[in-house]
Amino acid sequence: MKAINLLKIAWKALQRNRLRAFLTMLGIIIGVASVIAMLAIGEGSKQSIRNQISSMGSNMLFVQPGSDNRGGVRQDFSQSQTLTLADYKALKEKNTTLTDISPQVNGSGQVIFANNNWPTSIHGVNPEYLNIRKLSVKDGSMFTDHDVLAAAKVVVIGQTVVDNIFKNGEDPIGKTIRFNKIPFKVIGVLTEKGQNTFGQDQDDIMLAPYTTVQKRIQAATYLQSISASAKSESIAAQASEEMSSILRASHKLKAGDENDFHVRSQEELISTFSATSEILTVLLVAIASISLVIGGIGIMNIMYVSVTERTREIGLRMAVGGRGRDILLQFLVEAILISVTGGIIGVALGIGSTLLVASIMNWPTVITMQSLVISFTVCAITGIFFGWYPARKAASLDPIVALRYE
Amino acid sequence: MEKKIIRIENLKREFIMGNETVRALKGISFSVAEGEFVTIMGTSGSGKSTLLNILGCLDQPTAGSYEIDSVPVSNLSKNELAHLRNEKIGFIFQSYNLLPRTTALENVELPLMYNAKVSSRERRERALEALRLVGLSKRLHHTPNQLSGGQQQRVAIARALVNNPVLILADEATGNLDTRTSYEIMALFQELNAKGKTIAFVTHEPDIALFSKRTIVLRDGHITKDYPVENIADAAQALAQLPKEEELEVNS
Repeated sequence: MKAINLLKIAWKALQRNRLRAFLTMLGIIIGVASVIAMLAIGEGSKQSIRNQISSMGSNMLFVQPGSDNRGGVRQDFSQSQTLTLADYKALKEKNTTLTDISPQVNGSGQVIFANNNWPTSIHGVNPEYLNIRKLSVKDGSMFTDHDVLAAAKVVVIGQTVVDNIFKNGEDPIGKTIRFNKIPFKVIGVLTEKGQNTFGQDQDDIMLAPYTTVQKRIQAATYLQSISASAKSESIAAQASEEMSSILRASHKLKAGDENDFHVRSQEELISTFSATSEILTVLLVAIASISLVIGGIGIMNIMYVSVTERTREIGLRMAVGGRGRDILLQFLVEAILISVTGGIIGVALGIGSTLLVASIMNWPTVITMQSLVISFTVCAITGIFFGWYPARKAASLDPIVALRYE
Repeated sequence: MEKKIIRIENLKREFIMGNETVRALKGISFSVAEGEFVTIMGTSGSGKSTLLNILGCLDQPTAGSYEIDSVPVSNLSKNELAHLRNEKIGFIFQSYNLLPRTTALENVELPLMYNAKVSSRERRERALEALRLVGLSKRLHHTPNQLSGGQQQRVAIARALVNNPVLILADEATGNLDTRTSYEIMALFQELNAKGKTIAFVTHEPDIALFSKRTIVLRDGHITKDYPVENIADAAQALAQLPKEEELEVNS
């Protein structure tokens, strides 16, 4: 039989039972739509994590002290003192892959202005830190290398700090604030960055020369970390290796020794957090796929009923010349038509609901072509798979019996 | 010699039911020439239905030979049988077997859908012609539930004619109809036969047999009688002699 006739016959058969065909389709529609929506939401959150991490500086690298094995007692890395200014200087002099590099020492405490106070943290850095972290100063200016050399008591503060201690709307520039009883002169205010992906307020910081923080606040010479940025994102991995080898040389580690520091790149962070959201996506899609399978079983169920109900019709078709194969194909095409039509509606509904979720709930969503193709293919295969058995049953009927079936 | 449409020799059909062998046809022989109008009569259990299935190429004999239009049927595959049914036989059933919610025209087109040689345009033209032959040109787009029993059977007859078969095989075609409509249908059969169609009509009603040219009587798997009908009744005349429908209502 010609393919076009086959399609016509199957289409007419579905037309005879429109409501039933639609209800059968509904399972597939919901399945496909939810798979697409889930994939879009999963992909969206993955990309938003990636964007947020990159907004902190996509080619950023940073070095943290590693475990200190001295004396056989391992220590928590935040307590360890293996990272020093000497390391920073070695990196700064010997590197070939970095644009900016800054040491970092952190302190936390209470900041006070007039009768307002606020708990915050202070980062002792050099002026290059702004470039590395993609920060900028909106009012006033950043401190200079000269301030670093002089260990000047100057500070650049984030908007959250401004909001909490300059409650009367004073201009913070030029004011003297006290952090842990040490007076600092405010010389600049950072442009707001808002919260990051992990809910941290990126504006709740103060930046001061690292020399000042080391001498006045910590009274120590070691560093909490070293931040740097590679010349480009593509050589971040290479830069990370170069930094490791410089640090190994500077720490005089032997070939077999474990690193007593960690070099981390943003790429690593991205993949760590993407993995989490990936697992979540897989889970959501798995749940959505179950509804697709249930939709498929719905098709099988209805096709079985349809075969039984239309036994006489099958007998007649065979009597007027329909071969077993023609009957098989007719029922198979009916099942595929149901699932493919359902698939098309499902894709439309999936895209629609995704856009709706995106606009109402403000969730990041990304519909990929891939997800459309996959869910559509899966539902076509579902039609063939679940349509096959009822169609086989129809084709194997004996025309003599089928014609006289009551 | 005239052309034989059906040639049956020593035809046997046995069914195995558990341990028993049921012999439905016990060696029958007959032939039907082109242009004949044969009634096959018999009570239930006579082997009538089995013979009909074999004549219609829905079933194959256990022994003996059956040729339709000079094609031996015995060793054909299922697909070849389907092809033969499509090209050579027009079926008419007691319960019409029309597709529900499908127009008369589409119902008549159905056999040609399974014939790849016929274009969709030719299919439509032939279906229109067949419906014109049975007098339903004005009911093309009616579905079966919008048609009377007689009209539905006419659609079924048109469907049997559309593939231009060598043999029209009717199974109790008037069984579900009242006398008046039966006569109308028989008149149509006689008209088709006059145009040269070969018709085999299976029935258990003796008065229907009077409208055909020849009667074959089956009993217990054997042919007991095979005789030409003398004084063939004219269905059109019989129809005219029936009391008018209004009178019938008054009388009953």
